[in-house]
Amino acid sequence: MLPFLLRRVGVMILTALTLSFVVFSLTNLAPNLEKLARTEGSVRMSDEAVDSWIINNGHGGLMITRYGQWLGVVPGWTRTDDKGVTRGRCIQGAVTAEDAPRFCGILQGDWGTSTVFREPVAKTVTDKLASTGWLMLWVMLVMVPVSLIIGVMSGMREGSRTDRVLSTFAIATTATPEYVSGVILVVIFASATTGISPILAEWGWISGRTLFLGTATSAIDQITFWNFALPVMTIALYGIGYIARMTRASMTEVMTQQYIRTARLKGVAFHQVIVKHALRNALIAPFTVIMLQFPWLLNGVVIVETLFNYKGFGWTLVQAAGNNDIQLLLACSVVAVFVVLVTQLISDVGYVFLNPRIRLS
Amino acid sequence: MEPLSWPMIFAKMAVQFWPVWAALVATVVLSLQFRRRLGLYGKLFDSTVGMTGFVIVMFWVFTAIFADMIITYDPIAQLSGLKNALPGTPVEGTGQWYLLGGDHLARDVFSRVVMGARRVLTIAPAATVIAFMVGITLGLPAGYFGGRLDTGLSFIANLVLAFPVILLFYLLVTPEIRSTGVPIALAAVLFLFPVIFVSVLLNSRFFTTPAKRNLYVGVSLAIGLWAYSGLAFNADPTGIWSMDPNLLNVFVSVVFVNAPTVFRIVRGIVMDLKSRDYVAAGQTRGEGAWYIMLWEILPNARGPLIVDFCLRIGYTTILLGTLGFFGLGVSPESPDWGSTIDDGRRLLSIYPHPAVVPALALMSLVLGLNLLADGLREESMRD
Amino acid sequence: MTDWDPSKPILEIENLSISFFTRAREIPAVMDFSCTVMPGESMGLVGESGCGKSTVALAVMRDLGKNGRIVSGSIRFKGRDLTHMTEEELRHIRGSEIAMIYQEPMASLNPAMRVGDQLAEVPMIHQGMNRADALKLARQIIADVRLPDPDRILRAYPHQLSGGQQQRIVIAMALMAKPALLILDEPTTALDVTVEAGIVDLVKDLGTKYGTSMLFISHNLGLILDVCDRLCVMYSGEAVETGNVIEVFDKMRHPYTQALFRSIPLPGADKNSSPLIAIPGNFPLPHERPKGCNFGPRCDYFRDGLCNAGDIPMAPVPDHDRHATRCLRWKDIDWDAPPKVGKVTEKLPRGRLVLKMEDLKKYYAVSAGAFGGGAEKVVKANESLSFEAHENETLAIVGESGCGKSTFAKVLMGLETATSGSIMLFDENVQDTPIQARNTDTVSKLQMVFQNPFDTLNPSMTVGRQIIRALEIFQKGTSDADRSDMMLNLLDMVKLPRAFAERMPRQLSGGQKQRVGIARAFAGGAKVVVADEPVSALDVSVQAAVTDLLMDIQRENHTTLLFISHDLSIVRYLSDRVMVMYLGHVVELGTTDQVFAPPYHPYTEALLSAVPIADTRVKKRRIVLEGDIPSAMNPPPGCPFQTRCRWKPKVPGNLCDTVLPPVQVLAGGHQIKCHLSREELAGMEPVISIAAD
Ligand SMILES: Nc1ncnc2c1ncn2[C@@H]1O[C@H](COP(=O)(O)OP(=O)(O)OP(=O)(O)O)[C@@H](O)[C@H]1O
Ligand code: SF4
Ligand code: SF4
Ligand SMILES: [Mg+2]
Repeated sequence: MLPFLLRRVGVMILTALTLSFVVFSLTNLAPNLEKLARTEGSVRMSDEAVDSWIINNGHGGLMITRYGQWLGVVPGWTRTDDKGVTRGRCIQGAVTAEDAPRFCGILQGDWGTSTVFREPVAKTVTDKLASTGWLMLWVMLVMVPVSLIIGVMSGMREGSRTDRVLSTFAIATTATPEYVSGVILVVIFASATTGISPILAEWGWISGRTLFLGTATSAIDQITFWNFALPVMTIALYGIGYIARMTRASMTEVMTQQYIRTARLKGVAFHQVIVKHALRNALIAPFTVIMLQFPWLLNGVVIVETLFNYKGFGWTLVQAAGNNDIQLLLACSVVAVFVVLVTQLISDVGYVFLNPRIRLS
Repeated sequence: MEPLSWPMIFAKMAVQFWPVWAALVATVVLSLQFRRRLGLYGKLFDSTVGMTGFVIVMFWVFTAIFADMIITYDPIAQLSGLKNALPGTPVEGTGQWYLLGGDHLARDVFSRVVMGARRVLTIAPAATVIAFMVGITLGLPAGYFGGRLDTGLSFIANLVLAFPVILLFYLLVTPEIRSTGVPIALAAVLFLFPVIFVSVLLNSRFFTTPAKRNLYVGVSLAIGLWAYSGLAFNADPTGIWSMDPNLLNVFVSVVFVNAPTVFRIVRGIVMDLKSRDYVAAGQTRGEGAWYIMLWEILPNARGPLIVDFCLRIGYTTILLGTLGFFGLGVSPESPDWGSTIDDGRRLLSIYPHPAVVPALALMSLVLGLNLLADGLREESMRD
Repeated sequence: MTDWDPSKPILEIENLSISFFTRAREIPAVMDFSCTVMPGESMGLVGESGCGKSTVALAVMRDLGKNGRIVSGSIRFKGRDLTHMTEEELRHIRGSEIAMIYQEPMASLNPAMRVGDQLAEVPMIHQGMNRADALKLARQIIADVRLPDPDRILRAYPHQLSGGQQQRIVIAMALMAKPALLILDEPTTALDVTVEAGIVDLVKDLGTKYGTSMLFISHNLGLILDVCDRLCVMYSGEAVETGNVIEVFDKMRHPYTQALFRSIPLPGADKNSSPLIAIPGNFPLPHERPKGCNFGPRCDYFRDGLCNAGDIPMAPVPDHDRHATRCLRWKDIDWDAPPKVGKVTEKLPRGRLVLKMEDLKKYYAVSAGAFGGGAEKVVKANESLSFEAHENETLAIVGESGCGKSTFAKVLMGLETATSGSIMLFDENVQDTPIQARNTDTVSKLQMVFQNPFDTLNPSMTVGRQIIRALEIFQKGTSDADRSDMMLNLLDMVKLPRAFAERMPRQLSGGQKQRVGIARAFAGGAKVVVADEPVSALDVSVQAAVTDLLMDIQRENHTTLLFISHDLSIVRYLSDRVMVMYLGHVVELGTTDQVFAPPYHPYTEALLSAVPIADTRVKKRRIVLEGDIPSAMNPPPGCPFQTRCRWKPKVPGNLCDTVLPPVQVLAGGHQIKCHLSREELAGMEPVISIAAD
């Protein structure tokens, strides 16, 4: 087990390094830096001024050394200008050139400063991650049990009416991307002119103008059913369909196995066959699927946070990308990639643990 | 003139779609007639799910084909006074209507959705085909040879897969990046695969009769490289093959995120199929590796690949929509569904129709593709 | 249950008809099937694949799946009609009164549940026993099925046991509730012969011990003779003959049964003087059955206007023990007439040397452990193989799974390169030349016929195209038309209609596919052909035809045939020399007569004894090997066979445990790899003797 884990972690670190380098290169391409120079300096800078701004602010030189600095394995740049003022990567705020540390990259915990939020990137990212964490938590709480139940119910009697109904539902939800289901949900539940809200308001069943809130901005401060249900449902719906279909496939496959027949012909009652013999085998595959859903969930989060204006991690990512906030975008990418890799690792290890055939051989 | 009532709107739309109905009826009747001779495609008509999916997909395909006959207005023309017009609003002085209303720039929503079908149904399948060629050309040797090659290629595939798609799009589809030449470089790599694929395919089969081989491979190389020069570098002297740089950008990104998954699927199937006796028989005859991969293994992997192909077109459609949703789409004027949804969502709670119509269109197409894939999967597993 | 009288039949199937309903049509899988099992009796059900044996068994369990239905007839178990029982009533009978054992032991056990829990479940459901008692009972039954270390096994997961052990667990599970009737559907087909022999012994003993009645399904007549008292021969959905085993074997009264016995290689059959007689034609599919007698189109005694006139009833054979046959002409047929002997051929003289292997070794390096880490291990798939093969000669390579037969074939073909040693093929050293580097001539001279007919042809290419491709690769013919002609000639050679060229493999039966495989192998005029179990996956009636085809082609082309098989009966029938392998070692090598007569290598002796023989005159000494074949990853030290050898005590010291035995060359070049002294070897008794009648 240990060598396996070590190898997996090794591959993971290698992947993370490669990916962060790719992201670093893509965000630090010349056009991006030019844009940065013009926003930080002045819009009307001449091309020469832009070039010197870039060099003076440490964005010149080889990509790999800049990446090294960002990572914190290459000493941060310093530059003394004509006036004798020394500036450098690690010389910020109250820190003077003399007592500045040599290295200040992410390995030292220095993620840089966001140009959009005007605060340390580390702070922005942790704050927003926390908000998104709540969203994810609720999505998981809704999505996992519902999808597993649907999948098991439709897979245990393939072709039955329950199966047909539930499968249709599952297919329909997987065919509906978040930006579509979000739009439809808002129109139905959170529009003052269409859907059910005007009717409910007319009957006097709801006090406000809409049943649910069409934005989730207020959920940053306090989560309520009314401001959080739609975003959570929007993300969960897609996942429900997807996981339910995987569970169904796995369940139907298990139900045709010889050992299920053995159990039945031992005289085990149907519900016992399902609970004792089928479930455990059938849930191994969906487990990996749920874990591998994270990258896609992340997508959903970005869309939903944009659509519902919930200021979480996804929203931040969009802001960073839209405003050429290089440091923030880099940090977001690293976090996102990291989440994906960790879930992949968990999925691998979990698969091995759930499956006695692999675990013990 | 009076605004139309909903039943009238539907009736008018149904009439507009007449070429589609005609084509659909013809297809279904012909297919039902000859279904016993049409293999898997014919069997599809035995399953309700598959047939439903097929009809939905074909509806949109025919809509895309006959879009010029169906639209009632120019999809980018802005008519005054029809800003955010409700569905069924008459257009003064023409005796015509904005069947599904107007959007925030006073363009006809109905015509935009119909034209959007054409956009979506040209880009998504084409991108999927290229992604398949890339995935297959790399997945076959990875699965067949295994070892270092497999480790390397799988590592790269996993790298791409570990990237959250949206992030990738933000990095690849921004206007800045176009000037750096990254998309062209990517296109240069990705578009090369179809050419390689076809040439190797023909060469491995016909190398025993050099005359034939030279002809086939020569012709396919000529056409392939010609198209390649035009599409990737915009260097086709005749100008037949060319791609708008913005479109190229989107296209390449979509291929780029899809190819690794195809790669993984192909690799998995190959690992399974390569232990079959007919593969061993090929080896003991002294067949080349590429012949075995392309002619002995690949045709027998077609079942799962066709199913995945349908699903993937749907997925690609969703991706294109996502791009549009973040304003990274083909162009702001473009009627493609994703961009239209993005345009419409700002006034969503007051004027839902400009966003809901393309949303439903997109959903039904993807649903159709999913149902089709399901039907195919079920039928191909049966007897 | 109380009103059941133990002198009455325990299972009575009457006029049972079962159909499967598919979209395209109704498939009548079983028609008008009747049979009776008395208490304590074991009933055999034999027939070729697809004749409906499993369907009958599943009907008794009432588990025909969604699309299967009992169309008419009754199944009475202890006097109660199973066909009208509710699910709930059935549930009480399943597992407690009737238990079933299937072919695939690994698939029948739940991979995610401990063996003990799976066993204990049975009495917990049916007798409401508590878990502790149930586990105690399970432990006792595990000991009953002769598994070592029951406590460890109770806690194990199925995949931690070997195939033989798993099958014993499945049997134990069936016995947990001491059922009155046990249904065994090909319980040993997936196992090696020596393991099979152990299981068969166990089943027989337990049947006697618990007084259980048995319905034993098999396609192997020899096994039925070993296990059963009575049998029922099925053909295409019908019972065609039923009766007491001895009577049916010796005085069969149905032409199909007779044809079946003439197509299997019994001791005494010889490819030159008394070749096997294949049954002509093919098994009819359920929906393509002829009118009247199903066997009509293939029957030698067929009479137009009689046999194809209408349904044929079962007719009792008077003066026999409940013997009945479904043949209208059984009284007219002279059952003692000797078979029309086909062409008698001359044995061809042994030709020049074409293949010589010397001290060939093939080791694989594998990494141990589930997670890829751990130390590298060396698997010795082939250890010092030496032999030679001549023109016109058939050399059989015999051994059970994992003994290295297929590795040997791969090395020879050039799909793998040898670790050391030399292979001389027509004066050329090829041991280090992988197939890509061999020239076309060498490649086309050395070809292979594969085991699995369903796998040997590419499913998405027409038969003709596949043969033409081989011709192209071997650079035969000058134009497409030329090659197309050659392809048609090859089809003629393997006795397939030329129209098959256009067919897809799925439209062919197993035997036909195998013929195409043979045609393809001979496309380049092969001189040496490796046949890796070419007939083991085929039905017996087809086996004979394919074997004969191979022999014919060999005679015509003076081919050297390397025939890999685990089936000693067929090996004895067709080979000139035999090489016996065990765990990568050649343990015995000699002419067929030398190998099949004493002195034996102890392993060969056990193997010979394990092979079931469908001949009542044959008397066998029973030698049941303990345990399973060790894994090639972990071979025992010393003699590879020492873990199961019954002769070991005859060797002084602990030589067998420590020293790899040398090859002893006995009279006539007969080689045996064993420490036993020549005197001991010479004193061995024959395993098989044929009683003079
Ligand atoms: N679920 C099913 N649907 C349709 N046809 C079936 C089904 N199960 C069995 N059959 C058909 O019924 C016939 C009898 O099959 P069965 O499995 O009983 O044969 P068998 O004698 O046990 O063969 P084998 O020796 O291969 O196990 C075959 O033609 C088979 O194709
Ligand atoms: S009934 Fe006729 S065809 Fe059938 S087995 Fe008897 S003799 Fe042969
Ligand atoms: S060497 Fe010993 S253990 Fe091996 S076969 Fe001979 S007697 Fe048996
Ligand atoms: Mg069977």
